[in-house]
Amino acid sequence: MLRFITSRLLQSLLALFLVITATFFMIRFVPGGPFTAEKAVTPEILRNLEAHYGLDKPLWRQYLDYLGSLARGDLGPSFKYPNRTVNEIIADKVPVSAELGGLALGFALVLGVGLGTVAAVRRNTWMDYTASTIGMFGISIPTFVVGPLLVLGFAIHLGWFNASGWYGPLDRVLPAFVLGLAYAAPISRLTRGGMLEVLHQDFIRTARAKGASEFRVVTRHALRGGLLPVVSFLGPAVAGILTGSFVIETIFQIPGIGREFVNSAFNRDYTLVLGTVILYAGLIMTLNLVVDIIQAWMNPKVRLEG
Amino acid sequence: MSNPTSPTLAAVVAEPVEKGNSLWHDAWLRLRKNKLAVFGMVTIAVVTVACVAGPWMASYGYEQQDLMNTFAPPNAQHWLGTDQLGRDLLVRLLFGGRVSLGVGLAATFVALTIGVTYGAVSGFFGGKLDALMMRTVDIIYSLPFAIFVILLMVFFGRNIVLLFVAIGAVEWLTMARIVRSQVMAVKKMEFIEAARAIGFGRRRIIFRHILPNILGPIIVYTALTIPGVMMLESFLSFLGLGVQPPMSSWGVLIKDGAEKMEEYHWLLVYPAALFSLTLLSLNFVGDGLRDALDVRSSKD
Repeated sequence: MLRFITSRLLQSLLALFLVITATFFMIRFVPGGPFTAEKAVTPEILRNLEAHYGLDKPLWRQYLDYLGSLARGDLGPSFKYPNRTVNEIIADKVPVSAELGGLALGFALVLGVGLGTVAAVRRNTWMDYTASTIGMFGISIPTFVVGPLLVLGFAIHLGWFNASGWYGPLDRVLPAFVLGLAYAAPISRLTRGGMLEVLHQDFIRTARAKGASEFRVVTRHALRGGLLPVVSFLGPAVAGILTGSFVIETIFQIPGIGREFVNSAFNRDYTLVLGTVILYAGLIMTLNLVVDIIQAWMNPKVRLEG
Repeated sequence: MSNPTSPTLAAVVAEPVEKGNSLWHDAWLRLRKNKLAVFGMVTIAVVTVACVAGPWMASYGYEQQDLMNTFAPPNAQHWLGTDQLGRDLLVRLLFGGRVSLGVGLAATFVALTIGVTYGAVSGFFGGKLDALMMRTVDIIYSLPFAIFVILLMVFFGRNIVLLFVAIGAVEWLTMARIVRSQVMAVKKMEFIEAARAIGFGRRRIIFRHILPNILGPIIVYTALTIPGVMMLESFLSFLGLGVQPPMSSWGVLIKDGAEKMEEYHWLLVYPAALFSLTLLSLNFVGDGLRDALDVRSSKD
């Protein structure tokens, strides 16, 4: 088990290093810099600015400097927001995105596991078909279609919610719902598949035979095994919820890190781009690692194969 | 050599001889019985024909402006209304469909080619090469690809060729994994041993003997990749990173519509409806193909 964790950890670190390096050089080899859009910058000021941010040094030197300060946890100053560091901006925006993602994930899990379990237990009844139809819609229709349509219906026509913004609790409802819906669908499919497999097994028959109620059989005995496929999906799902939040944050004008990332890329804000990429990549890899470990813990077969 | 449990043999025995149906014919019959899949196929056919032929027959060009007639609601001249420059929404919708469907097919083809070749080589040769190749896939898999695609599109201008490459580069990984596992299962069968015994080369064995036998999973996964690719294209276009105006794609139209939906709801509703319908249909067909071709899930 320890060997398994160590090798996965090394693999993640290597991948993270590749991400940082690739991103660093990719943004530098592109025409245009953070100050090209600025109006009327004289060559002299430009030189001073570049000297101030260390952009006049050779590229390999800048790369090593960046890695050095990164090792100390310093992501550098932002180019577009004067007097602000990338660390500050991230600390500012992440809680918003985390709240949105957390709400969405919670909603996706409750709805997905619920629908999937009902579909498996009441297999081939109208409940099953309804659940799969909802699932199909959720898988097929992307968030940037569902989001604006719901805003049109519930915010503009019915006036129940604000069309955009992030102030009161009501403003959380639509974004979290839209973001979660896309992931409830695959979760319900995986739950249904996993539960169907488990419900055939002998220990379920044993549980029934000893007189446990159907509800208890499902919740206490079947769900643990039946949710195995869901757990391995959670890594990609959380990653998807995070990257999906670019769109949601754009649609609903939420001041989160996703919108900041897209803007920073447009603005050529080198350090902010790198900072957000490192944040996302690190988060996604950590999540995948955690999922691998949980999976190994839940199923000895996986542990032995790893 | 003559092992009675060989899958090919078992399949032959299980097949009622008098019908003489091939596996493909059976699959087609199963697919035709699946109402959702048939609905999907018909819809896709109609949408494709409309997108290809429609813009030729229309009396407006996709970029033709009519500034006296902006934001017209759906009417007799403009069946689905016009946008802020007086461009006909129906024509832009059909033209955008060409782009969206075209990107979907082309990028899927890129993913298919890379994924199948990579997976087949990895699975066929096995051993250290396989371990190395699959570790590489694992690492690439763990990269935040949506982020990379966004960065690529922002930094290297927004040209459509790059869009194909970027999307294809994301989508081949799953295909490679699927093909690899299938190849590993098939290469142990007797007819491959026979082909080796005859002295066929590796390339010939891979492409002429193994790949035709795993065509089912490849087709199914390809069918399911197309809607995924189209979603990615429109996702990028929605963020303003994909197809650029005055060209249109469904993602562009949905983005434009979402910006103006408060007063001009048709600009959002029609593109969103057509896009959703097409994606649903593609997924229905993909699911239907999986049930029809994949023996394991059709038993379920």
